[in-house]
Amino acid sequence: MTAILEAHALGMRYGRRQALTDCTLNIPPGHVVGLVGPNGAGKSTLLKLACGLLNPTSGSIRVLGNAPGSGPEQLARVGFLAQDAPVYPHLSVADHLRLGAHLNPRWDQDFAERRVAQLDLDPTQKAGKLSGGQRAQLALTVAAGKRPELLLLDEPVASLDPLARREFLKHLMESVADNDTSVILSSHLISDLERVCDYLIVLVSSRVRLAGEVDQITAAHHRIVCTRREPDTLPAGLEVVLAEHTDRQSTFVVRTDAPLPAGDWAAESLSMEDLVLTYMETAAANPRRARQDSEVAR
Amino acid sequence: MIEFHLDPRSGVAPYLQIVQQVRQALLLGLLSEGDQLPTVKQVVARVAINPNTVLKAYRDLEREGLVAAKPGVGTFVTRTLSQASLTEHEPLRNDLAAWLKRARGAGLTEAAIEALFTSTFRATAEEER
Repeated sequence: MTAILEAHALGMRYGRRQALTDCTLNIPPGHVVGLVGPNGAGKSTLLKLACGLLNPTSGSIRVLGNAPGSGPEQLARVGFLAQDAPVYPHLSVADHLRLGAHLNPRWDQDFAERRVAQLDLDPTQKAGKLSGGQRAQLALTVAAGKRPELLLLDEPVASLDPLARREFLKHLMESVADNDTSVILSSHLISDLERVCDYLIVLVSSRVRLAGEVDQITAAHHRIVCTRREPDTLPAGLEVVLAEHTDRQSTFVVRTDAPLPAGDWAAESLSMEDLVLTYMETAAANPRRARQDSEVAR
Repeated sequence: MIEFHLDPRSGVAPYLQIVQQVRQALLLGLLSEGDQLPTVKQVVARVAINPNTVLKAYRDLEREGLVAAKPGVGTFVTRTLSQASLTEHEPLRNDLAAWLKRARGAGLTEAAIEALFTSTFRATAEEER
């Protein structure tokens, strides 16, 4: 089966600023992918590269097997919802559906009308008069109504209240269940991602720090607490992601694909939030390491 | 029909929470043989979770022989967790109570007992895997 997204040493530079560096990914189909990272990490850049709004300055990217934006057929297969769910404020809800029908060869008018009714949106209402939650739902309706194989969503729920957020995610997951749509969605709300995502990408300062299936990632990471010791005294096969010490105690976050060996420590698993924060912290603490990596990559 | 809910703070994987809720519903008699579980679409529309998570939970329950999927129709309960398994609880609870009494007698604090139980629980669970 064709990967949702395949990137090799993908890079994007705006003038002197490197927005994405040496990004290599291979995301298998049928996943809902969570893309997390601090502001300015390169999340929006990656999504725009995937839908063809940007061309990479180095490396290569393929989406559903083809170059992004390579023609009408490819454009029909990928839906993109930009940050803040943009709509045309002077067009009505019904106009948006009409626009969707004209611009998209696989448009599903039945679905779109059903959703508008379900959401209790007045078709004659101007989009500019809708609430934030309604606007986001309308934008999702148009993006899902084109029946894409892959939906790219850039922080779709950031500006929504908790209820609107939950409603949005329910509708998104219904679309996934109905049409086997794959999704890549960026968000700061890890508790939301924990519900809906089965694949995770952590992006920090333009680099991919962690990528993989949530189940595998969670099973492979452990937090161990023990008497103070140096990381190199831990058993072989444990990759130390984070090490913290007090005068008598050491806390490590370790990664291993084998079961964690027994030892004189207390071990526990990490929540997705802890994991994401761990990778963000270590990346922030080791900017030099990231720089060295890029020199090696060059 | 039963409904699922998700506790994000429990630290239990979402698919396991669904498995546990079905098992619990069987034990409580909310579900019995022949009852249908909510469809994947119904669950995701209500709980806002990944459809794969629900599928994974249902596959787990199928492997345990508690439910069976009828293609195109839905997933149905095939076994009732009868009172027999509930009666199993009593002797096990007595054993555990005796063990707890011994642990306290040996001077272990509540926290030490909990830590010992949790670490042993995890270790044996991993051995059985």
